Amino acid sequence: MTGVPGELAASLARFLERLGGMTRFAGRVLWLSPAALLRPRLVVEQVYNTGALSLVIIMTCGLFVGMVLGLQGHDLLQRFGSEESLGTGAALSLLKELGPVVTALLFAGRAGTALASELGLMRATDQLSAMEVMAVDPMRRVVVPRFLGGLISMPLLTAVFIAVALFGVQLIGVQFLGVDQGQFWSQMRGAVELDDVREGLVKGLVFGVACSLIAVFEGYNAQPTAEGVGRATTRTVVISAVVTLVLDYILTALML
Amino acid sequence: MRQSRTIDISTGLFVLLGFAAILFLVTQITNREFSLRGESYRVQAQFENVGGLKPGAPVSMAGVTIGRVESIGYDMNLFKAIVTLRIDASYDQIPNDSDASILTAGLLGGQYIGISPGGSDQSFHDGDRVEFVQDAIVLENLISKYLFSQAGSREQGAAAPAPKE
Repeated sequence: MTGVPGELAASLARFLERLGGMTRFAGRVLWLSPAALLRPRLVVEQVYNTGALSLVIIMTCGLFVGMVLGLQGHDLLQRFGSEESLGTGAALSLLKELGPVVTALLFAGRAGTALASELGLMRATDQLSAMEVMAVDPMRRVVVPRFLGGLISMPLLTAVFIAVALFGVQLIGVQFLGVDQGQFWSQMRGAVELDDVREGLVKGLVFGVACSLIAVFEGYNAQPTAEGVGRATTRTVVISAVVTLVLDYILTALML
Repeated sequence: MRQSRTIDISTGLFVLLGFAAILFLVTQITNREFSLRGESYRVQAQFENVGGLKPGAPVSMAGVTIGRVESIGYDMNLFKAIVTLRIDASYDQIPNDSDASILTAGLLGGQYIGISPGGSDQSFHDGDRVEFVQDAIVLENLISKYLFSQAGSREQGAAAPAPKE
């Protein structure tokens, strides 16, 4: 088996092996998750690592995304003489798409890479093997708390992102460009429903599950070399981004 | 020990901030009080149809915002919509025979209340009612009026001599 067909078959087999391994890993992590909540100390530490430490970048990016949305939205709506719809348009696009997706991409870049490289380094320096020798299950002790930390952080980060971005839209639209404040809020309130808020938070939660799972899987199964850790980190970002966008389409189609 | 306390406090702050953001997102869609800063007085107006008017919409005179729509209710005895306007106290010389009409800002914009001044010596006071109102224009009604008038003129046209080419 040589040549192009052989290589294609081999790479397909590698892909399927990885997908299968990931599914098995995901099942195991989910199976062990309820028990990990009995030791909240470890989970809280990871909520700090993935959530609290990501807060600054999330808020900064949220503010600028909102400000850009305010400028662009105002410029577009002005052509139709309906600048008052700025609040509605910005709130809906932030809640349904921009908020969860951009937060997930930032989360993968900030928290996902941290998780993957930390676990990969633990693998490379034989810390995970040492735990096994000491009869400590690294899945329970290291992997599951990190997964749960990401899972809890993501919806909260999404909400913070959207709230800060709305402040940015308001700052540009109302304070600088002179959209009527009452119209801005009252039209937004008239158009945005509780379902839209729920859609954003559900998306945030799903992306949180996916991104955290990918990060811990890649880190845990990294090649125990410096190069392997680097590759695991890169793969985390790439796979997280692709999976987030694909899941986003599926979730949107389901909830529309 | 000290470090773990810092972690706890930061995590607590983060979670609190997250839930505050969720609360903001959930409550921003429910109605919030649109009180004007400073003194104001209320005037009521009865409309047959308010169209898409929302609480919080501006009340303007000659394009200047002088107040806000405070609430919109429905009177079961009159079968009319009761709109309560809250007007800034500095605009206290509005003649009490002024009329209020529901207008639309731009083609797709939000609706607001425009007040054009009348000629009376008396001015509006708190609790007064606007006598002269003009309802929101409903596009469907306009179109059907136009269509029926077209149909009517065609029937007349059939009976009358053929129009000039």
